[in-house]
Order: sequence, then structure tokens, then C-alpha cells
Amino acid sequence: MMKTFAELNFPGRLIAVEGLDGSGKSTQIYLLKRWLEAEGIKVYFSEWNSSELVKSATSKGKKRELLTPTTFSLIHATDFADRYERHLLPLLRAGYVVLCDRYIFTAFARDVTRGCPPDWVRGIYNFAALPDIVFFFKADLEVSLNRILEGRPKLKFFEAGMDLRLSADPYESFRIFQGRILEQYLAMAGEFKFMVIDANQNVEKQQSFVRKVVGERINLVRFRRRRPLPLPPPLPPDNKVKETEEDLAA
Amino acid sequence: MKRPMTNPEGAKKGRHYYGHGIPRYPLEELVGKLIVVEGADGSGRSSQIARLVDWLETCGHATVQVGLKHSTLVSSELAKAQEGNILSRTTLSLFYATDFADQLENMIMPALKAGFIVLSDRYIYTLMARDMVRGMDEAWLKNLYGIALEPDAVFYLSVEPQELVQRNLAKNAALDYWESGMDLGLSRDMFDSFLKYQTAMQAAFRQLRKNYGFTVVDGNRPVGSITKELRKKIRALLVEK
Repeated sequence: MMKTFAELNFPGRLIAVEGLDGSGKSTQIYLLKRWLEAEGIKVYFSEWNSSELVKSATSKGKKRELLTPTTFSLIHATDFADRYERHLLPLLRAGYVVLCDRYIFTAFARDVTRGCPPDWVRGIYNFAALPDIVFFFKADLEVSLNRILEGRPKLKFFEAGMDLRLSADPYESFRIFQGRILEQYLAMAGEFKFMVIDANQNVEKQQSFVRKVVGERINLVRFRRRRPLPLPPPLPPDNKVKETEEDLAA
Repeated sequence: MKRPMTNPEGAKKGRHYYGHGIPRYPLEELVGKLIVVEGADGSGRSSQIARLVDWLETCGHATVQVGLKHSTLVSSELAKAQEGNILSRTTLSLFYATDFADQLENMIMPALKAGFIVLSDRYIYTLMARDMVRGMDEAWLKNLYGIALEPDAVFYLSVEPQELVQRNLAKNAALDYWESGMDLGLSRDMFDSFLKYQTAMQAAFRQLRKNYGFTVVDGNRPVGSITKELRKKIRALLVEK
């Protein structure tokens, strides 16, 4: 059975956000990061699919539509492993609060939707410990879809799940694909103790709930930097600022 | 997936994956033969494959050769990463698995579907052995490589490390960094590290053989007599259908 970082006695803690594209999770984790930074907490933010090393292979695979469900899954696992071993683990050893915009559950949901066997995918990711908190942003499917599709953006091939041949229309394909991913997420919410957040609420309400949970579940004082961060460079004297403003106005 | 009991060709004992396999890929269409030659650098793999291709093509069989690190998807990135030696072991392992999966789906399986004899210069066993020597969990690797097709034959060319070192030096006057396992820090002396690493690799192959029963071929013999043995075994395989 997989364990959390706290259960494994890591000095650091990992908080992950999960949810569909357009569920507002990235905004929420950004605001959480701002709060923790202001509190003087050692915090690090990591995004899904962002390892420099693997990036060129992933983007080539996506652009040329070379990826199958299996290679799609493996290349994302490679990306995750690189970030996990080179960034997340050392930071968690050093007592950081690590914030992850998407974690292994994104792979569980997407890869299984693409047809990969669930225990194969889970087996591959079993080198990773579980987050100490997972926030799952649950918006109505239509709300998330509308947020993404509002401006009729050009959907990318894999983003729209076009490789699954669900529909020849990318927008229709995206809808079906996202619906299936949502089903997968909901099916594992209990097993992985997701903190489900009603993402139909306004941003502030969601954020204050997120901060409340983090404050309750993690003893933040322990994660303060021992010495405060170096001060930012001094601001120019008041009169100088005014001058500039006047200059601009002129 | 259901396999038809009577398949006009190639139905042999039927095709199998080692584990879950590749989603939605009908196995019964893979009528060709997959032959794997495994062994360390200097075990005579490439010479044997070249000779087998010659022979098979003369006999009228269409062949395709595949090897590790040849995928369109990740081979160049993999080479770059290896140069800098900056990847951790799980990452490197998954990167290699991606390369393998890409070739499996885009080269090996289509060729088998077209009835080719696919000669694979190494396969998942080398990848697994390398990872095992680096401390990766065998069960984890078994699950990862559950995507792989079970080959029709696997020949492991077994050569004593002392002989391998001689052959490699005679050929290149130098030992390869990775084939010497220098990333493991077994010894600062490359010669010494090579011997230790190859000994550990052989132990890993012996361990793998318990689950993946392959044919061990004594590679210490002259090239010609090894070819003769391989031909004999492959001939038997080809008449089976």
C-alpha cells in the first residue's frame, strides 16, 4: 500500500491539486503558493509535464502525433520520474512544502481513459509516495468545458483526446474525453481521500477553504525559513516615485 | 483477448504478451516471427544477426532488424541525456521503456503483421538486467515490461567477462562508459569496473531466465559454430507453422 510523505517520515509535505482542465485548480494552487510565501514558508511549485529533459521528446511526439496510449503514458511517467527524483524528493527531504499542479492521479485518470490497464499504470507510478493533501476541484462538466471552449480555442490533438477517435469534431471529442476523465477521477476520490472542493463556487470562497484545510492539516510553523528571505531592493525614495509618476502623466 | 483456435498461419502456440500488453492490438494478426539475440557488447550479437539476415533472406524470408535506442520518439533525447549522465535511475528506466514501446508498436508489430522475421538486437531483458543491477525492483520492471510481446525465440550469447574485455579492447582499444557500469561507482578503474559490472549483468540475466526462459548459447566458441547452432534452432522454429 502506498504511503504519504508524512507517513514515510519526510520532513517536507506535498500538496497536490487535481481536476479537469478549466476547473480552476491552477488559480487555486497559485493563490495558495502566494499565501505560503507571504507566511515565510519554504515552498516549491511543480507543474505536470514540465521536465526540461523530457520536454523535447514529448512535444515532438505530440506535434507529429506519434504517441499511442502506451507511449503517451510512458513518456509522462518519464517526465514525472525526472521531476520526482531530481526536484520533489530532495526538496521534501529538505523540509519544503511542495505544491503540485497535477500528480499521479492525472496519469491514472487519463491513461486509463485511453485504454491502458489500471494496474499497469498504477504499478509504474508506485515509486512515488502519496501527497499529504489532494484537493480535487469538482466543477460541473459543462462549467469546465465552457471555461475552456468559450473562446473556441484551437484544441490540440491529444488534449482533445482525438487519438481515441471518439468524434471527428475536436470539440465534441474533447467533451466526451473530459467526461470520461471526470468519471475516472470520481471513481478514485474515496480511495485516495481527495478533499473535494465545489469548484462552482467563487474563487475567494474556494481559496479560504483551501487555506483553512492546509492550516489545519499541516503545522506550518515547522516549515518557516529559519532566516527570513533577503529583503527586496529598497524602493526609490517617495519624492522620486512621485516625479516618475508626474513624468509619465506629462 | 480471445485468440482464434485455428489460425491458418503463425498460430503456433499463439501470440502472447508478457503482461497486459498494448491496448487494443489484435495479436492474431502478428503472423511473422520475432527472434531476439541478447548478450553484452562483444558477445558477437551483431555478427550473428548479420549472418542470420543473410541466411534468412537467401532462403526467401523478409527480415527487419530492430535494436535499442532506435525509436523516432525519444532516441535523440535519450542519447543526449546519457551523454550528460544526468538522469536518475527511475527516469532513465522509463525513458528506455518509452523507446522500447515506440519501436514495439511502430516497427516490430507492423513488421510481424506483414509476415516479416524480426531480428531484435537485444530486447527487454537487457533493459531489465541493467535496471536490476542499479537496484530497481524486479516486480516493478516485470509490470512495466508487461507491454512486451513474447518472442518466438530468445538466444542469449553468454561470454565470460574476461573474454568480453579482451574482445572489446581488441575492437575499440577502449571500454564503453555504460558497458563498464561506470555510473555505478563500482571501481574508479575502468577495467576493473567493466569486469565487476559484466559479472553483475550475468547474474541478473540468470535471475531473469527463471521467468523469461531464454536459450543460453555458449558465445565463447568460434563465430561459425554459433551461427550453425542458431540456424538449426531457427529452422525448427520456421517449420513449426
